[in-house]
Amino acid sequence: MQNTKTAHSNNWSEENVTRIVVASGKGGTGKTLVAANMAWAVSEQQTITLVDCDVEEPNVHLFFPSEGTQVPVCQTIPQIDAEKCTNCGACGEFCQYGALLITPEKVIVNPSLCHACGGCRLVCPEDAITEVPREIGTVTTSKPSDSLTLITGRLKEGEVAAPPVISATKDAASTNGDVIIDGPPGTSCPVIETMEDTDVCIMVTEPTPFGLHDLKLAVGVAKQFKIPSLVVINRSDGSDTDILSFCNEEEIPIVLKIPFSREWAKIQGTGHLIAAQDPTWRDAFLNLFTQAKERAEVKLC
Amino acid sequence: MKIGISTKGNTADALIEERFGRSPFFLIIDSETSEVKAVTNPHSNDTGGVGPKAAQLLLNEGVNVVLTGQVGGNAFNALKASGLEVYACNSGTTATQAVAEYKNGALKQLV
Repeated sequence: MQNTKTAHSNNWSEENVTRIVVASGKGGTGKTLVAANMAWAVSEQQTITLVDCDVEEPNVHLFFPSEGTQVPVCQTIPQIDAEKCTNCGACGEFCQYGALLITPEKVIVNPSLCHACGGCRLVCPEDAITEVPREIGTVTTSKPSDSLTLITGRLKEGEVAAPPVISATKDAASTNGDVIIDGPPGTSCPVIETMEDTDVCIMVTEPTPFGLHDLKLAVGVAKQFKIPSLVVINRSDGSDTDILSFCNEEEIPIVLKIPFSREWAKIQGTGHLIAAQDPTWRDAFLNLFTQAKERAEVKLC
Repeated sequence: MKIGISTKGNTADALIEERFGRSPFFLIIDSETSEVKAVTNPHSNDTGGVGPKAAQLLLNEGVNVVLTGQVGGNAFNALKASGLEVYACNSGTTATQAVAEYKNGALKQLV
């Protein structure tokens, strides 16, 4: 059983390994399209690990159907020993999340509010609290080919704590080579957890007001982490003026433009990889990977 | 017995507050002595868990009955587990009016 740890603990200390995260801000811009095609193209040349950290709705596996081994991801919740408990209320007072209710008769735990911080157990003067595991998701590892390893994180339906599952998913990724992470949309906790300890961010955007608005937020997050970015414009309209201006101002290179084409939509929509069908695009995604690796060397201050 | 009411102000003629967990104040009214105690809700702006925290606040005050507007999912579960009876007040009524309506059996029970 893979237990989550409250402190971030990725064993990614390997040198000469590049960890690329694909993010966007706005959902639906084409992160998985880029991550999947790039990983496939790279796997023709070297070993690569592809990690699906969009644990609330993982979809990378749709492009790489393969048998995998699954392990559960657990979070701990407190269990109160009624014999030892004196109803002093110390645990409830400590809990920031309202997960512990102290009634005159007993202490009641609400598991879905618990953030597994472990504080209640520490403050209990009677040592009446033990931590019990509760499954909140899974991590599946599969090998679509000899050179490609796919790690898929999945948050159980009804659960809300994506970060612990993302952390466990990243932990399962091999440290023996480059890693491509398909990130979640947005810029909140799941994205923060995904971006941490990566070397370069490929931002996939689209030439719409929403696309640009959310790209700016996502770039802001990457800057906080001092992670350099590059941009891929998906569904390009040919001019993409606003995106170009922004990237110019921020000195972020635009490395790839994917056209707004029915052909792309058809291939992508049926779970196929355009890089596997068209050598020109295979080379374009390989080039994206090379540029990302170079960009990873840039030190942001 | 003690009645806890979510209110917009800290006096008995304050309007009731529809939201339970994020209510700015709670009035604790003793149904026998009519004594009124005003409590500022310290958790009204917390990022989460405000429903259970408000339920805990009222439990700590020795409240038996709660009058409010509406309760969210976590608040509902906490109130149910606590054994408190919860009734829905009408918007635009004062705390005093809500207590009278409760005593007349005119309020719908939520929990």
